[in-house]
Amino acid sequence: MTYTLDIPFQMIDPDGASTGAELPNLTDAELRELFVHMQRVRTVDARMLKLQRAGRVGFVGSTVGQEASMIGTAAPLRVTDWLWSGLREGGAALMRGLPLGEYIAQMYCNAHDTAKGRQMCNHFQHKGSNYPSWSSVIGTQIPHGVGAAFAAKKQGKDEVHTIYFGDGATSSNGFHSGMTFAAVWKAPAVFVCIHNGWAISVPSAAQTAVARWTDKGIAYGVPAAEVDGNDVLACYNAMQVALERARAGEGPTLLIVKTYRMMGHSSSDDPTVYRTAAEVDPWTKRDPLTRFAKFLESRGILAEGEAAGIERELTEETDSEIHKQEAAPGMPLRSLVEDVYSEVPRHLMSQYNSFIETAERHGEAQKGDGAFPL
Amino acid sequence: MAIQTLLGAVNDALRTAMRRDESVLMFGEDVGLKGGVFLATGGLQKEFGKERCFDTPLSEDGIIGAAIGMAMNGMRPVAEIQFQDFIFPAFDQIVSEAAKLRYRSGGQYTAPMVIRTPYGGGIRGGLYHSQSGEAYFCHTPGLKVVIPSTPYDAKGLLLASIADPDPVLFMEPKALYRSVKGEVPEDYYTVDLSTTRTVLEGDDVTVFCYGAMVPVVEKAAAMAAEKGISVLVIDLRTLLPLDEDGVVEAAKRTGRVVTVTEAPRFCGYAGEISAIVAERAMEYMEAPVLRVTGFDTPFPNTLEHHYLPDARRVIDAIEKVYSF
Ligand SMILES: Cc1ncc(C[n+]2csc(CCOP(=O)(O)OP(=O)(O)O)c2C)c(N)n1
Ligand SMILES: [Mg+2]
Repeated sequence: MTYTLDIPFQMIDPDGASTGAELPNLTDAELRELFVHMQRVRTVDARMLKLQRAGRVGFVGSTVGQEASMIGTAAPLRVTDWLWSGLREGGAALMRGLPLGEYIAQMYCNAHDTAKGRQMCNHFQHKGSNYPSWSSVIGTQIPHGVGAAFAAKKQGKDEVHTIYFGDGATSSNGFHSGMTFAAVWKAPAVFVCIHNGWAISVPSAAQTAVARWTDKGIAYGVPAAEVDGNDVLACYNAMQVALERARAGEGPTLLIVKTYRMMGHSSSDDPTVYRTAAEVDPWTKRDPLTRFAKFLESRGILAEGEAAGIERELTEETDSEIHKQEAAPGMPLRSLVEDVYSEVPRHLMSQYNSFIETAERHGEAQKGDGAFPL
Repeated sequence: MAIQTLLGAVNDALRTAMRRDESVLMFGEDVGLKGGVFLATGGLQKEFGKERCFDTPLSEDGIIGAAIGMAMNGMRPVAEIQFQDFIFPAFDQIVSEAAKLRYRSGGQYTAPMVIRTPYGGGIRGGLYHSQSGEAYFCHTPGLKVVIPSTPYDAKGLLLASIADPDPVLFMEPKALYRSVKGEVPEDYYTVDLSTTRTVLEGDDVTVFCYGAMVPVVEKAAAMAAEKGISVLVIDLRTLLPLDEDGVVEAAKRTGRVVTVTEAPRFCGYAGEISAIVAERAMEYMEAPVLRVTGFDTPFPNTLEHHYLPDARRVIDAIEKVYSF
């Protein structure tokens, strides 16, 4: 058995020209859609950063530069497949059906947020497209995805579990256990390592001593491939191969998706402290959107100037959703004690009641905050 | 003496320790060039080089496990866990290994090391950037658990922790990092572990607290003073091993006791204080021994200001025991 899958690293070069590799079987309309999805990710991201600077949302984990890696890999999934995310896959959820309003509500942590404002910003979920809620604890989702893949196999469900995580997360216990278990169980899983060069301020070279990241798969018995994460079609193709392997019962695949985090780790991080412009600049020339737009233009799929029009439309769409979410209410106080268990247990009712008693005494309880009848 | 923030005092302590003792190392995630996500280790790599202040791969289990080995072999490691919420991947190394090494080896092997970690709410970090997990660790014989609330104590307690022959979990109240300022001596000094600090003298009610709850209790005590209630405020500052005699004595002085923590209530640290008071000072008590704590829920996000005990909740408890 070989552990390095023969998958083209690149299909479109940074100038938007085909490298000659056989392209995935997509119609012109589907190719254009991929571009729109990537542009939406970028547009929403820019808007969120603006809101963060204006103090409207607390935290943004930017994905600028990583649009192709998430859209390209997530596009070939079926609706029934699952996407186990890390911090930065919210854009893939949008493509797979997460309503933009819900995305923005999560950023506002308001009452329209399906997680009821409980998670900090940038922690999305979407049950409708099998995108589970992520904890902030790096690597924990990896064995979850493997267990769910095992369960799918046991129950004869035709699902693949795609598990996303960063280069930093490959050092976590979750990665080690997840890879080990998935390989032993031949679980229908795909490990998608979004290798963006950095884990906050720690460069990827400080996470591992292996020179080729695909080597990480060998020790576990998980076949691996590396793809250009700024080339949406190479990502699409690689994921298709990995999904087919999983569906055919051949077990898990590890994809190393090489891209670059153009911004700081988050809105709270200043990357100039630990990396130079000389490192960042070359990546600007590899921009995944510019590259794909050039490719589409050269094939007449996108007219000249059309990309700008798409961006304008997406900005309007985003702004109109932002306006709605600005007006949404916060979570009621009772949500403090709800969802801890299937029912609010008695001790939490009484903790809540004494809290309300204090609030009322100080004239701060709102209508509807009322105590539980005990 | 310079005026410093609590964060500055932590940085000062690390610098002071590293200058004094070559064997002190500082490592963790993003502690090097970036200087830590809160900047507690700012400038250390510049002064001491990558050999002594360095970033590790992203594995808390690795960070703590390796720190134990270093400590067993002649170094004085200070390991940072970026948020206390991310300490749990290392729970086994702390609880089963660091804390039990001396005991299981009959004192032949020890792990003199410090784990520094910011804990607690107040930064809108939601349930994974806000927890106060001290109770898990205080249930761990062999470990010491220290929480400062002033810049002076932060430096002195951290230096004492680094010098201590046993493993110390040093929990830093991130809500106070920049909000409290105070005088900090420039030189090396230590504050003895397992001693309490009297924050405020008083005769009517005793309030025990630590970390980020100290300023909250001080505010409540000021409100109480306006109502003619004099509150004795005690900062526990070392939770394990606790200065039990100090606690009992402070409880006896007023006969009315409240303990304030931001951690959940059930099986929490406040319960331990209540138990000690019940066992050793029951006959002095004039009122039930009360707790003001976080809810028994995960830490919320948008509603965190309701979850965290505030001066109103503390003054309510003070008045309750006072008027009992
Ligand atoms: C267990 C754990 N340790 C530390 C952190 C703090 N932290 C948040 S993101 C991050 C870096 C993650 O890097 P990577 O896996 O490469 O993902 P990226 O941010 O690049 O998408 C760290 C250290 C955490 N969330 N969880
Ligand atoms: Mg990364």
